[in-house]
Amino acid sequence: MPSGINELSQFISITLDGRQIEVAAGSTVAAAILQAGVKSRTSVCGEPRQPLCGMGICYECRAQIDGRMHQRTCQIVCHAGMEIVTG
Amino acid sequence: MSMRVDLLVVGAGPAGLLAAATAAEAGRSVCLVDDNPSAGGQIWRSGIAEQNPEGLRLLRRLEAARAGMRFGWRAVAAPSSRVLRLEQSGQFADVEYSAIILATGARERFLPFPGWTLPGVYGAGGLQAFVKSGFDIRGKRVVVAGTGPLLLAVAAHLREAGARIVSVVEQAPLARLARFSLGLLRGQIGKLIEGAGYALHTAGIPYRTGAWVTSASGGERLENVTIRSGSRILEVPCDMLAIGYHLAPNTELPQLLDCDLHAGYVRVDELQQTSVSGIYCAGELTGIGGVDKAKVEGRIAALAACGQADRAKSLFRDRDRHRRFARHLDAAFALRDELRGLAMGSTLVCRCEDVPYDALAECGSWREAKLHTRCGMGPCQGRICAPAAEFLFGWKPPAPRPPLFPARVETLAHSTDRTA
Repeated sequence: MPSGINELSQFISITLDGRQIEVAAGSTVAAAILQAGVKSRTSVCGEPRQPLCGMGICYECRAQIDGRMHQRTCQIVCHAGMEIVTG
Repeated sequence: MSMRVDLLVVGAGPAGLLAAATAAEAGRSVCLVDDNPSAGGQIWRSGIAEQNPEGLRLLRRLEAARAGMRFGWRAVAAPSSRVLRLEQSGQFADVEYSAIILATGARERFLPFPGWTLPGVYGAGGLQAFVKSGFDIRGKRVVVAGTGPLLLAVAAHLREAGARIVSVVEQAPLARLARFSLGLLRGQIGKLIEGAGYALHTAGIPYRTGAWVTSASGGERLENVTIRSGSRILEVPCDMLAIGYHLAPNTELPQLLDCDLHAGYVRVDELQQTSVSGIYCAGELTGIGGVDKAKVEGRIAALAACGQADRAKSLFRDRDRHRRFARHLDAAFALRDELRGLAMGSTLVCRCEDVPYDALAECGSWREAKLHTRCGMGPCQGRICAPAAEFLFGWKPPAPRPPLFPARVETLAHSTDRTA
């Protein structure tokens, strides 16, 4: 069992690329993207990319959050009703 | 928005937390800032349902001593002397300080190899961080690879979180690791590695030394890694690869503040003061040595910054022992030459601008590479590719320029707003 998730975890609802999903409260947006199995962004040559470093350095995890572009999703915690658009 | 403090501490890992608590308890006004949404740094990173107990204790001490804390804020520029500009989604703040302690830690060093940009390939510490932040990897087949003491700790943590660890692949040869004997593995890092190694051994998970991942492959995402182990080539099906080649210090902010480096680390005197008066460094910035070194350096730096050098002196012996340990770590996990040959001509080195190895091999310096290929000019500003290029081509990493991270124009255009 992931160190973060247990039977007592609360779940919240967010929207990822127009689809409503449930994530454990306290999850980062990057964790939600990885859990959904989608890419976070498309590279300049068109490759799908996912988060890499997990600590706000590499920018591979960036996506649009609540209308704000290029957010580092590994440094931002999900809130109920959050809208995430990956690229 | 702006504020003035006696001491500004940047980085809320073990070094920064100890530094801030020590100074706040000595009666100084303190502000502790970190880019991450919560305190702890990488080693004391909290899980989503649990906080690291040691980090939590220090947070309580900081609260009791009324230290200011700003998490989720990153340092982007130094608009004037002894002023640091911070930014958090759309707003900025200037902090004016009398002294500053930099404890910005380290990042993983990544080396390019065919397939390393595929979804499913993550940093070793990176995957550990994702799992702590809510990524459920129960039942997933994971290869942990690269180099450094972190690999065993990561493998043990991922296994505890329900992953099936297929193999742990360490590039350092067994003979060198044996010289780096258990006798040197003192303190918490030693216990961590010993414990992790024991847990993996009892679970029957192979720890391959003198072995490295030569490529990762798959369609939409990772399906297989190829490992070279001695003269053998192994094909290993897996869902994820967690890979990192030890650590590289985050020296961008100290460099922006004109602190001298030596052999890649920030040069400090016995009181942790850098080449610039009033600027101190603690933790991985002065040598990759782990949590015990970070804690004692944080305390020394804070006592020095508070004018209590006499009290700091009693900690020198302990600190010096950890510094020796750091040098042993660097030697034990030095990268082998074969890793320079992993990237193929088409393998991307700069992931931000998709610059392949071939394009860089024609350049003679980092500056030339930037001008001709845009290598290092994407949003990570070379943080990922510069340590790789230094290893591959021997190029000295570029001096950082403000903003240290991509920032809003409004943040950068604003002149210093002094409160004093």
